[in-house]
Amino acid sequence: MLFNKDSWKEIFDTIKKNKLRTFLSGFTVAIGILIFIILFGLGNGLQNSFGKFFTDDKVNTIRLYPSSTTIPYRGYESQRRIKFTNSDLKDFKEKFNSKIEDIVVRNSSYFQIKYKEKANNYSVRAVSPGHQEAELTIIMKGRYLNEGDITNKKKHVVIGRLVAEDLFKEEDPIGKYIFGSGHSWKVVGVFQDEGGDREERTLYVPYSTMQKIQKNNDEIGQMIVIYDKDMNYDQSLILEKELESYIKEKKFISPDDNRGIYVSNTGEEQENSRQFASVLSIIISFIGIGTLIAGIIGISNIMVFVVKERTKEIGIRKAIGATPNSIIAMVLQESIFITMISGYLGLIVALIILNGIGDSLMEKYFISNPYIETSNAIWATIILIFFGALAGYIPARKAAKIKPIIALRDK
Amino acid sequence: MIEIQELNKSYAIGKNSLHVLKGINLKINEGELVAIMGSSGSGKSTLLNIIGMLDNYDSGSYHLDGVTIKDLDETKAAKYRNQFLGFVFQSFNLINYKTALENIALPLYYQGIARNERQKIAFEYLEKVGLGDWSEHLPSELSGGQKQRIAIARALASQPKVLLADEPTGALDSKTSEEVMALIKKINKEGKTILVVTHENEIANMCNRIITLKDGVIMTDIKTS
Repeated sequence: MLFNKDSWKEIFDTIKKNKLRTFLSGFTVAIGILIFIILFGLGNGLQNSFGKFFTDDKVNTIRLYPSSTTIPYRGYESQRRIKFTNSDLKDFKEKFNSKIEDIVVRNSSYFQIKYKEKANNYSVRAVSPGHQEAELTIIMKGRYLNEGDITNKKKHVVIGRLVAEDLFKEEDPIGKYIFGSGHSWKVVGVFQDEGGDREERTLYVPYSTMQKIQKNNDEIGQMIVIYDKDMNYDQSLILEKELESYIKEKKFISPDDNRGIYVSNTGEEQENSRQFASVLSIIISFIGIGTLIAGIIGISNIMVFVVKERTKEIGIRKAIGATPNSIIAMVLQESIFITMISGYLGLIVALIILNGIGDSLMEKYFISNPYIETSNAIWATIILIFFGALAGYIPARKAAKIKPIIALRDK
Repeated sequence: MIEIQELNKSYAIGKNSLHVLKGINLKINEGELVAIMGSSGSGKSTLLNIIGMLDNYDSGSYHLDGVTIKDLDETKAAKYRNQFLGFVFQSFNLINYKTALENIALPLYYQGIARNERQKIAFEYLEKVGLGDWSEHLPSELSGGQKQRIAIARALASQPKVLLADEPTGALDSKTSEEVMALIKKINKEGKTILVVTHENEIANMCNRIITLKDGVIMTDIKTS
């Protein structure tokens, strides 16, 4: 019966002549699939965005910030301001040589930068060359700072993409001189950064040059330790503790003092974001399954209604010779055919919409590049079709069992 | 053609049981046109439903064209109905989204006859009931008399042994009733065995045998011609 050409003709006939019923059940399935795929896709897009936020900076870094003590220790009073110096940098590097790749310097300041008639205030970071790796800075033009710049204390500067746009417009900034902090700096490179506009309104200069022009001091504001990327999260936590106790020892800070220095491990952020992402994916799955269940309930309702509506017709068909099996086959074939076609349509439309969304929701809703795995989409469609068929089968079997006189009595 | 002996049927209504047919004995020969009369509650519709295999009976025996009809499962009942019987109902019971021609062709679909052949046979019967020009019309576009004639054509299309008509004129005016009965008589003349359930004397008088039921038993069984 199921593969009989004639019975399919009968089904097509019925479908054609019962447009409202066909539309209702088809629409329910199509909408169910559409909503499921779009919600799931948007959820994935949200996850994409969070993934991006947390990979703006390099992940295997530990940041060290000097601060003020809060506990008196070894004859030192509390409220003592801790400072890192160039010699500390040298000592740290030697001490942890085996476990780390580099220790990067960052001294942040903020001042006016001027080129020709245009001037603006920007964040200026005096850094060592390793900072490029720590911050994942991407060079668009020219080059980053190098060891030569540090050793020779060159007045070289690498400027952010938006700084170049602000000050130079169409002009090529490379080789030009800009003025800031009472000195002129030669632009050697332009960079971009995934971290957003604020990162791209920043300038990088050699830290040694900055120390020299600031009364020749040797102070370091912040150190970024880049550790071996083969280290796992637990190993990085051990390194973090070692670093902290070594520095506290060296700088006479009480081991019980939570201040004095701040140590922050980006591996920790990574771990947090990983947990956040898994919570997010649980929520997404929950929404997905919920939508699917709603769809199943919807199609089940429609199928019950459809069979109820056809009770009398079923009675007539039985009176003139339809077997119970042929009745069930008729209802099932029709419902599977409709759900398959409309499920497929819903799937295609949803995928087109998802593709169309692309990155357009990034700014406002943090949803970038929403997508759904093809296998998930197909599974969802199959599940909906299966339950649609099941939902049709149960009332159809019931209707096929009713005696024709009872079905015929039903007005 | 039809042989019924000591047929009993009860319906359970709550805790009580309603004895509807109380030992019916009946023999109908091939080519007879029989009216079954009786007031409502006399058991005439139940008898017709049992003869039509739309309902089971409790005890006794029923033979149709030599085949024992007893405790059939739905699949077998459906096959026998398709093979032996044609039904005409008071409320026509046409499928409302199918055209006149498609309605007539439907029993043939369940006989497994190919589409083209079905259409050909259905059209023959459509012409036989005088509605050759109405093949593409839906039931909603037809008058009551036309609908009943379509229903008769549908009942005949599968070439049944017996035609069962349950108040075939009950929903029609007297003029249309006469037309429909004339058609039934014409079909009977061609040799078809026909049972008509009715409560109208005029209709019953057009048949050649009248069986009257009262309270589940046969009161009279009169041959009129």
